[in-house]
Amino acid sequence: MTSTPADVGSRGAPRGAAGTTPAVPPGGRRRRTLSSSQWAAVGFAAPLLVYLVLFYAYPLWRNIDLSVHDYTIRAFVQGDAEFVGLQNYVDVFSSSTFPTALWNTVVFTFGSIAFQFTIGLALAVFFRSSFRLSSTLRAMFLVPWLLPLIVSASTWAWMLNSENGIVNSVITAFGGEQINWLTSPDTALLSVTIANIWLGIPFNLVILYSGLQNIPGEVYEAASLDGAGPWRQFWSITFPLLRPVSAITILLGLIYTLKVVDVIWVMTTGGPGDASTTLAIWSYREAFGTGQPDFSPAAAVGNLLIVIALVFGFLHLRLQHRQEASS
Amino acid sequence: MTERKVWWKTALGVLFTALMLFPVYWMVNVSFTETRDLRADPPHWFPWDPTFEGYEAVFAQQLPALGTSLLIGLGSVGLTVVIAAPAGYALALLHLRGGRTLNFLLLVAQMIPAVVMAMGFYAVYNNLGLLNTVPGLIVADSTIAVPFGVLLFTAFMSGIPRELLQAARVDGAGAWRTFVAIVLPMSRNSILTVSLFAFLWAWSDFIFASTLNRNGDLIPITLSIYHYIGNNTTQWNAIMATAVVASIPASILLVVAQRYVAAGVTAGAVKD
Repeated sequence: MTSTPADVGSRGAPRGAAGTTPAVPPGGRRRRTLSSSQWAAVGFAAPLLVYLVLFYAYPLWRNIDLSVHDYTIRAFVQGDAEFVGLQNYVDVFSSSTFPTALWNTVVFTFGSIAFQFTIGLALAVFFRSSFRLSSTLRAMFLVPWLLPLIVSASTWAWMLNSENGIVNSVITAFGGEQINWLTSPDTALLSVTIANIWLGIPFNLVILYSGLQNIPGEVYEAASLDGAGPWRQFWSITFPLLRPVSAITILLGLIYTLKVVDVIWVMTTGGPGDASTTLAIWSYREAFGTGQPDFSPAAAVGNLLIVIALVFGFLHLRLQHRQEASS
Repeated sequence: MTERKVWWKTALGVLFTALMLFPVYWMVNVSFTETRDLRADPPHWFPWDPTFEGYEAVFAQQLPALGTSLLIGLGSVGLTVVIAAPAGYALALLHLRGGRTLNFLLLVAQMIPAVVMAMGFYAVYNNLGLLNTVPGLIVADSTIAVPFGVLLFTAFMSGIPRELLQAARVDGAGAWRTFVAIVLPMSRNSILTVSLFAFLWAWSDFIFASTLNRNGDLIPITLSIYHYIGNNTTQWNAIMATAVVASIPASILLVVAQRYVAAGVTAGAVKD
């Protein structure tokens, strides 16, 4: 499964790029004007460049523009919003929602990642030794990841329904108390985190499994000849050798989880109150969630979210870079 | 002894998979349950007496939404491939100057939260009159897939043997002819992988649909499910039936193109 063309290609990419650069003397290339092959290259890349400017840079610029103006619906239509500088950011930081949203983001993100990763790793190790049906079962684990998020989120919402949900009916059948999963401030964040953990397991499983495939089998054979049991093999071989892949999986998970809107919005809309409001949900709610859109603070929260995502993103790129350099 | 251990593992594997897929099973089960039995205690664990009410409602009401989603998905696939494949060619084989910077920008682009993009698009579309239109949504949905597509094409095309390209040049083929006659046919698998993900992402998108297409005449199926939940909380069998139908493309793709799915997940994340 891992030796698919795309995978082979990604392995060849850094080498291909590095191998071709020295072929052209760097000085000579700089002195000449654009050669005909460079013109062709620019021509083929032109649609992408235009696309990035129009559909990435421009919306992002508009977003910054929104955050430093006071946009109301009327100002939106008339285009005469007042410039307020960093006032929206000051408002966001001093809002009573801010500490709650930040804390919820931290709990939601780290709670999701910790369990997704642990369960994904355990399953990857479990599926490592092939047995009857193992590849079919592994493929079925991808299903939750491929379903539209709204489908999974509404299924979970119905399963966690207070009166008619299957989860509560199992709990009460065993003599437990009915839990108001989505409507109680104590459990709303826990509920959306559980659903999100479920959604993230397939991604972690696939990546960690492909990482495991790169650990040569002889290492394990040697270890078991030396009398190391499975537990010891895991801690002294699998875990250390999988560290680079694990780091990348966790960082990508962080970047993805910070962005999550759909799941939480469909299950609880961030409520009750602010009980399950994360930064992303807060931004979405301000801009689109209520009858009265308030784009300026929403854009400010969104930009804050970009900064956080980029910090983890650069960490990810550095790790990946170091890993490429060492291999 | 090993034989027995293997069987034991299979049994455990089936158990894990069953636990993992329980929510999916439950969705299907509820979609076949009679409305009056939805509130039964204990709940019906298996639809012994299946009803098709929910599915009748889907076919009576949701066909336009399914069609819209299909249109948006296909549009997004087309746009993504048309933009990403030539860019991959330029980056991988034509040694585009500044290619490293471009690669870096694409990685950063993937990290930008969709909420933020949605707000920016809303502001831009508001001026251009593209709110509540299908083309507007196609463009917005394609932004999820384009950076991924370029990176995947670049990675794959770098592996195409240089001798082939040189041979083409000796035969007098220009950059365009080489692209169409050699590079594209050889990249068939990566075109499939990129298309598959572009389609799934556009089909499943909720954030762009719920922000840029809130009052459109043609709404995609995800938004339709969301409205359904809002309006009609008693008919969960119909909601779940819609959810089942909305999951069909993903299921088909999983069966037909499983290896491309795994390839895409891995290639997007790990460079080993």
